[in-house]
Amino acid sequence: MTERTGSGAGVVEVVRAGALTTVQDLGRPGWAHLGVTRSGALDPSALRLANRLVGNPESTAGLEITMTGCQLRPTRATTVALVGADVDVRVGDRPGDTGRPLAVPAGALLRIGPARAGLRCWLAVAGGIAVDPVLGSRATDTLAGLGPAALRDGDRLPLGEPIGPPAPVDVTVPVPHPTELDLAVRLGPRHDWFRTAALDLLLGTAYTVSPLSNRIGARLTGAPLPRAVAGELPSEGLVLGAVQVPADGQPLIFLADHPTTGGYPVIAVVDDVTLLAQARPGTTVRFHGPQR
Amino acid sequence: MRIRPAGAHALLLDFTTPPVDPGTSPVDLAALVEAWRAELWRRREHGELVATEIVPAAATVLLDGVPDPVATAARVADWTPAPPAATADPGADPVEVPVTYDGADLPRVAEHWRTDVPAVVRRLARTEFRVAFCGFAPGFGYLTGLPAELAVPRLTSPRPRVPAGSVALAGPYAGIYPTASPGGWLLVGRTELTLFDVRVEPPARLTPGTRVRLVPA
Repeated sequence: MTERTGSGAGVVEVVRAGALTTVQDLGRPGWAHLGVTRSGALDPSALRLANRLVGNPESTAGLEITMTGCQLRPTRATTVALVGADVDVRVGDRPGDTGRPLAVPAGALLRIGPARAGLRCWLAVAGGIAVDPVLGSRATDTLAGLGPAALRDGDRLPLGEPIGPPAPVDVTVPVPHPTELDLAVRLGPRHDWFRTAALDLLLGTAYTVSPLSNRIGARLTGAPLPRAVAGELPSEGLVLGAVQVPADGQPLIFLADHPTTGGYPVIAVVDDVTLLAQARPGTTVRFHGPQR
Repeated sequence: MRIRPAGAHALLLDFTTPPVDPGTSPVDLAALVEAWRAELWRRREHGELVATEIVPAAATVLLDGVPDPVATAARVADWTPAPPAATADPGADPVEVPVTYDGADLPRVAEHWRTDVPAVVRRLARTEFRVAFCGFAPGFGYLTGLPAELAVPRLTSPRPRVPAGSVALAGPYAGIYPTASPGGWLLVGRTELTLFDVRVEPPARLTPGTRVRLVPA
């Protein structure tokens, strides 16, 4: 049992942590020059919406729940909201809905089932998860180990004081979880390290999300991208959505916990990576660029 | 300098691409990167540049979180970094890192440098390093200061665990592991100094541009 920090506003007991449940907010931008990555919710818009639904400021820390779901028990009556993957929710014995505020009585078991479609969902709790911030954020950085550790069974997470009333919302429109993604990319910064054939393959063939994907990056398998320039690239800064091509030629799209610098060439950058937060292994990914 | 696109909100300033300014021969890439880093940080302080991140690296500076990269690229292209003499803070002493020089790879480094272990230690102890950039892990500074001919290769098979505080060499760089991690750099010593602490500001002891001495403990 780990009490993350003292709190007068109740705690959430972690009954079943699931495969990977982490505390996430909007991350810690502004520290990349010290080797600290942004981190934060893989789909910030989903966390923002969940927070609005329970009356929190959008940047409040919640939980990012992956694939298998989890079970939680708040010690005080509270309001929660879940946004993201298609999951079953139960409060005690009663089924609940995602995408709307849910009242959870003190001591009731909140069960979030495995994802039927999509991969991750974000749980906001009124008042937020009040673990101590690290460099201005409560987010778990799975690459460097900054912020709170991933949840374990028996953890007790402190809750903050609720600020506003839950949003007067009946229902939100569920977002579809496509099995094929078409991602807009912009070439560069190192597309000139690749043969023209590599650009044709990147923009003209389908790739598949690999099971080795995680919060650091979505690994893809498909046609290897041939290099025009051999040798090593001196380490250089990386951005969210960078499509890096390691020695085996299989592209990797960097997500929120990406390293701040890397030594493999980045052929292109994806405009919006939030859809990849829901991309299960096996999802088809196609790229299209404004240049062609 | 060539300004490369890096997605919808970022620019990569690349200093490896010719043409290089005549009269800067030999081109000291690290000094050029440092001059630009300092210039860009100063411009941001003065409100002339909007960027969430200014990330120096071996031969580039990344500007990320830039609202309008095309317009910003046009402005940056007109800027000239102030000469290093104007940016150096004469009052700031180098950070002294007390190092116990007992690393397992000292003999290997001596072999690469065609000398003996005491000479390696003397050389490292008298070198003034500068943090060129951070990466690999929070607070891990890539220290320049050794000449190119003293570059050493990484281990072909990285160690699964290098203890925190290990002082090590790879390529032309020296570095200190802020936390225990796998690592392929050649170990020359260790320090008790805490290099990364989220409770202090700035959290990293070795920030880009900082001068550093690895003094025998």
